[in-house]
Amino acid sequence: MRLTIGSSYFWLRIRRNWQLYALLFLPLLWLLVFRYAPMYGAQIAFRQYSPVFGIEGSPWVGLANFERFYNSPKFEPVIINTVVLSFYSLLVFPIPIILALSLNQVRTRLFRSSVQMITFAPYFISTVVIVGMLFQFMHPRVGFTAALANMLGQASPNWMGDPGAFRHIFVWSGVWQDMGFNAIIYLAVLSTIDPALHEAAVVDGANRVQRIRYIDIPGLLPTAMVLLVLSTGRVLDIAFEKVYLMQSPLNLGVSEVINTYVYKVGLLSPVLDFSYSTAIGLLKGIVGLLLLIAVNHAARRLTNNSVW
Amino acid sequence: MASMTSYESHINQVNESTVDRVFMLGNTAFLLIVTVIILLPLIFIVAASFSSAEAVIAGKVTLWPVDFSLLGYETIFEHNKVWNGFANSLFYTFFGTVFNVAMTIAAAYPLSRQDLIGRRVITFAFIFTMLFSGGLIPTFMVVRDLGLYNTRLAMILPTGIGPFNLLIAITFFRTTIPPELNEAARIDGASDFRIFLSIILPLARPIIAVLALFYAVNTHWNTYFQALIYLKDQELFPLQLVLREILIQNSVDASMLIDVEDLVAREGLRDLLKYSLIVVASVPVMILYPFVQRHFVKGMTLGSVK
Repeated sequence: MRLTIGSSYFWLRIRRNWQLYALLFLPLLWLLVFRYAPMYGAQIAFRQYSPVFGIEGSPWVGLANFERFYNSPKFEPVIINTVVLSFYSLLVFPIPIILALSLNQVRTRLFRSSVQMITFAPYFISTVVIVGMLFQFMHPRVGFTAALANMLGQASPNWMGDPGAFRHIFVWSGVWQDMGFNAIIYLAVLSTIDPALHEAAVVDGANRVQRIRYIDIPGLLPTAMVLLVLSTGRVLDIAFEKVYLMQSPLNLGVSEVINTYVYKVGLLSPVLDFSYSTAIGLLKGIVGLLLLIAVNHAARRLTNNSVW
Repeated sequence: MASMTSYESHINQVNESTVDRVFMLGNTAFLLIVTVIILLPLIFIVAASFSSAEAVIAGKVTLWPVDFSLLGYETIFEHNKVWNGFANSLFYTFFGTVFNVAMTIAAAYPLSRQDLIGRRVITFAFIFTMLFSGGLIPTFMVVRDLGLYNTRLAMILPTGIGPFNLLIAITFFRTTIPPELNEAARIDGASDFRIFLSIILPLARPIIAVLALFYAVNTHWNTYFQALIYLKDQELFPLQLVLREILIQNSVDASMLIDVEDLVAREGLRDLLKYSLIVVASVPVMILYPFVQRHFVKGMTLGSVK
């Protein structure tokens, strides 16, 4: 039976479930206030916001804020830094898959669970502590790298102060921290692969490498595609928390990304510019959304796997 | 996870091919190397934290404490700022998590009911916030206009419901609670409130544990961003912001280093303090970790089921 608004059955069902809607009331109120009200407020990107006039009273300026960003000398480096750092971070996505495939082959339970436990542990360390660790570990005087260099009679390297090393340190410390955590999903998927497939392959004389190649990897592909699509959608949204902590005057040339720039323009600079900052943030959000839709479309076309 | 399956034990009895044996050897070596790489920085930090300030500044410490000393830890225990941050973090984590879990469960149960009209639209409204948001400044303006700026509530209310966590909870209810249960209770005359309180909540204990962990660790204990933009007063700062001042911005109260006369030793203590602080800050979660790992795995697995 088709339900149309106005049919008494429709209202009957709503009335019968009124208590469920009552449960939903506070969560929906929260959603409206803390998530959708900001979306409404994002219109100040098209206005010249002034606290005196408020959101709706400030004059419209069209795309002036966007043009200002496009014409500013910051535009090119900030966009390039964001894109390069994001795609570099995406490039390492097969590493947890390799770890999962490798762990899945281990037959000794104790070894397997120990490795899993140790690789998972860094996930629980906070970003501040991780960056603090990076600074201490690679400290040119008191760090591990310095001690090692001393022992070998070499000059201590100063990687944290080297702009050329920033991207590598950012990405690979991320791999160090999240590899074990990200492998969990893949391990779970591997455990759902029908053992009959492996049995048949063994009977046919397939070795382990061949079974990984023809059974495990195809089994992981759908999950990997979905996760890749989702992270591509967030590609411009790289971890503000970590980049901001790792920034120093030395590496600002490569470490200033959209999110940190939005924060500085909007909340840190002596002349706060809400409209300008919002415009840059909005631009990032829209491009991210379009990117997600495009990548999802491509994934569906190419591999028949997609998020929706 | 998966225990040894029958075909694998079968293979063990039959001779493995040379290719397989070489592969397994390489595989074990690979995993050992990965493990060492993960452990190395952790061991270094712990070793340095138990060394003397002189050994630290001379860059002598590698993987074992040099001139064993507890000076770094003693200095931290006298540091009020750290303990104040610790207490604040506990406060935000506890009340924030209670709020998050209550809101998520209250939203997830109705949205898991197939007979709820508008279910799809409302679920999408939540999921959409994962794809697009108003942005930093508009959100800041809402929080400010509500009078929450520089209050403890600013650390709790804006976190509300994480869309990913909501999805996990909806999936849990949909897969573990059969629709017949609800129909049977209905026939017995129970209202939806009654069903929710006396049937659903007791059944939801596993998902409540998973959600509480996700929110406590990911949304509260380990983050500093929320505090960075919404808090101004030092007394309200959570641990992570205090850590940021000391570890990243390198600002240590001179009063803490006053006992040490020698300038070089004072510099050494500054670094020693950081090593000890890293250890102290990570210990609470690390102690819990072996117990919560199982729940985390369960939650992630639930989340990946579509």
